[in-house]
Amino acid sequence: MDKLRQKAKELLSNNEVQIVVGYEEGTAGKARPAFISSPDQADTLIYDERCIHNLAVYLTQHKLPNNTKIAIVASFPVMKSIITLASEKQLDENFINVIGISKDNNLIEFKDFADIERYINQQDLSFTPEEQALIDKIDAMSMEERWEYWQNEFSRCFKCYACRSACPMCYCTLCITDFNQPQWVSVPSHKLGNFEWHINRAMHLAGRCIGCDECSRACPLDLPINLLTKKLSMDIQKQFGYSAGQSLTEPYALSTYKPDDKETFIR
Amino acid sequence: MNEFEPKVVAFVCNWCTYAGADLTGTSRIKYAPNVKIIRFPCTGRIDFMLILKAFAKGADGIIISGCHPNDCHYTSGNFHAKRRWMVFRTMLDFLGVDVNRITFSWVSAAEGARWAEIVNTTVDGIKKLGPYDNYRKMVNEETEVNNG
Amino acid sequence: MATENYKLLKKESLPALFDKLTASGKTIYAPVKKGEKTEFDIVTKYSNDINDEYIQTVQSLKGTVFPKVEKLFDYKSDKVDTSIQEPDFSKFPQNVLWGLHPCDAAAFRPLDATFKWDYNDEYFLTRMKLTTVVGLSCSKHDDYCFCSSVDISPASGDGSDILLTKNKAGDYLVEIITEKGQEVYDMAKDLFGEISDDKESYITDVPKKFDLTELNKNLDGSFEAPYWLAQSMRCIGCGACAYVCPTCTCFDLQDEGAANKGSRIKCWDSCGFGHFTLHTSGHNPRETQSQRWRQRILHKFSYMPDRIKVFGCVGCGRCSRACPVDMNLSEHLIKIMEEPKHE
Repeated sequence: MDKLRQKAKELLSNNEVQIVVGYEEGTAGKARPAFISSPDQADTLIYDERCIHNLAVYLTQHKLPNNTKIAIVASFPVMKSIITLASEKQLDENFINVIGISKDNNLIEFKDFADIERYINQQDLSFTPEEQALIDKIDAMSMEERWEYWQNEFSRCFKCYACRSACPMCYCTLCITDFNQPQWVSVPSHKLGNFEWHINRAMHLAGRCIGCDECSRACPLDLPINLLTKKLSMDIQKQFGYSAGQSLTEPYALSTYKPDDKETFIR
Repeated sequence: MNEFEPKVVAFVCNWCTYAGADLTGTSRIKYAPNVKIIRFPCTGRIDFMLILKAFAKGADGIIISGCHPNDCHYTSGNFHAKRRWMVFRTMLDFLGVDVNRITFSWVSAAEGARWAEIVNTTVDGIKKLGPYDNYRKMVNEETEVNNG
Repeated sequence: MATENYKLLKKESLPALFDKLTASGKTIYAPVKKGEKTEFDIVTKYSNDINDEYIQTVQSLKGTVFPKVEKLFDYKSDKVDTSIQEPDFSKFPQNVLWGLHPCDAAAFRPLDATFKWDYNDEYFLTRMKLTTVVGLSCSKHDDYCFCSSVDISPASGDGSDILLTKNKAGDYLVEIITEKGQEVYDMAKDLFGEISDDKESYITDVPKKFDLTELNKNLDGSFEAPYWLAQSMRCIGCGACAYVCPTCTCFDLQDEGAANKGSRIKCWDSCGFGHFTLHTSGHNPRETQSQRWRQRILHKFSYMPDRIKVFGCVGCGRCSRACPVDMNLSEHLIKIMEEPKHE
């Protein structure tokens, strides 16, 4: 934590960056995102196991004037988000300084995005047993049970779009839900509207989700919607050998194809 | 006896399956009248939301059909479509939507008899599955939803 | 500290009371334990899952009078005629909202003021008329609560038809506040007793965090203040705060259906959404999150009291608890009070 504060002080004092995006103490013992703009604020930065928000979401929000240089405290999921955003040409490397934090809480100095890509590929990138178990539980249900389960969960949703707002990959300035010619996603949060929204969100994130689970954490109603995108991530990895957040150059799974993609259901 | 007549919507590409369906007609091959055909320039144009909208508007079954791989009029549209369907089918199955109600096929412009066979098999299958009431229940729910 | 006379409702009488309410055609919403949390749910019978010691639920019960999705009418159109079918208002449910804390009960006042300020919203008003509120004073609070700062007491009966206070025996001191409350009492007189007890001793003390009148004055002239930007930096622009808030009333109107038949639906909306004020021309008067954050505060603490004489906040703290990035409202308000006043 001291090294982090030191680094932030340095970057701001030298005017290498104008803003450092990190974490600070929040209410009731929780951490929360923080934006500091001067060296004397650096001591408010914290880093511990409570710091799990995916800060990469702020990289595409454009709240700061153009040409603002930002430093961002990057845990492993944040690193993967940065690589995914960079592969979609959403970030300008010259304006983002990534302060990586390793799994054992050491500072990592990254020269550039390629450096981050290399680091990511040195880590274990497989799904954890816990993640697999959550998906397996639903896969083990019968079709009717799955329908009941999701209808039940979706009926609670009130479409606050916290899931969308918290996800770094949901950066469209005009979201599919904003279209009304045609109205792809029904606006009210009745069963159909919720169903259409969650399918849309999962499909538009298919192969782009890096599994930070921020969507479920952001959801005020604790809906397990991270399972939708996780299932598709697992499926895309199995079927096409592609995973988000691991390459700056490999094209996204649904924007390309291989002539010998194998399927079992087309007559 | 009032047998259930399913409503089937077919999303087909103009250059292969639509032409194939046309051949079925000119060949005077009889096939189930339950299908409403929607013509697309290419299967690559078929947005997954359209499939959902079809179910929402009353379809009991869906057929999606296009050119055989390597025969796409636009070279690669059907390859993109194939990947999209592979992912979308996983999504639907995960949510408990009955993916047996959706038939995916490659039907060329020369396969008039095969189009009839695909339609007939699909309609027979949907007849056995019955109307897709589950989906409709979701659509028609009373829109006065109380919180709590 | 004062001992006074109250009606008494013993805990063991609750099952019978709930049965009577249900039998009389009422739908009861009560706070039910769901894992670690407590949420309001419809119950037909009393059970031990009903939690009378909760601090706050995630969602409010504003959805019972202002549903998240409400059909306003169906329409049908043929070549000759267009007809509109409104709902049967006589079929709206009679609800008993059981165990609302004083903040939530007080929230019906700004809702009422909003839905009557220039047009009487029949849907809201009918539902409100059919609603009976059984409040429950607070024996606990947490860091997020700030009712006392918005001039609401955790012992207040304002907005409740009956107010209950749990005493040390686990029974309830009963205050009948309105005619509706009297009706509930009259329907089940034999279940109520009498008791002399000290209500105040069971009420938690919620320390005042700021002065509401001062805040309102402070906000005058704050429009161009620089702190809105700093405060709103971490806000991600979702609608969680507006949707869990018991006083927020922003809504959208959607027509669903075809040209010849369909329905018009009212559903929740949030001023925090980026496109909330987007005009058809493409111009957006509140195009940045800081403008939208400013609007949220000014609406609740400046415009509403100035124009319809009621504050738009009851200090329940739900917005702050639900916010994915801890936009703690009372914390922000305190910071505003600490800023130098602007002209």
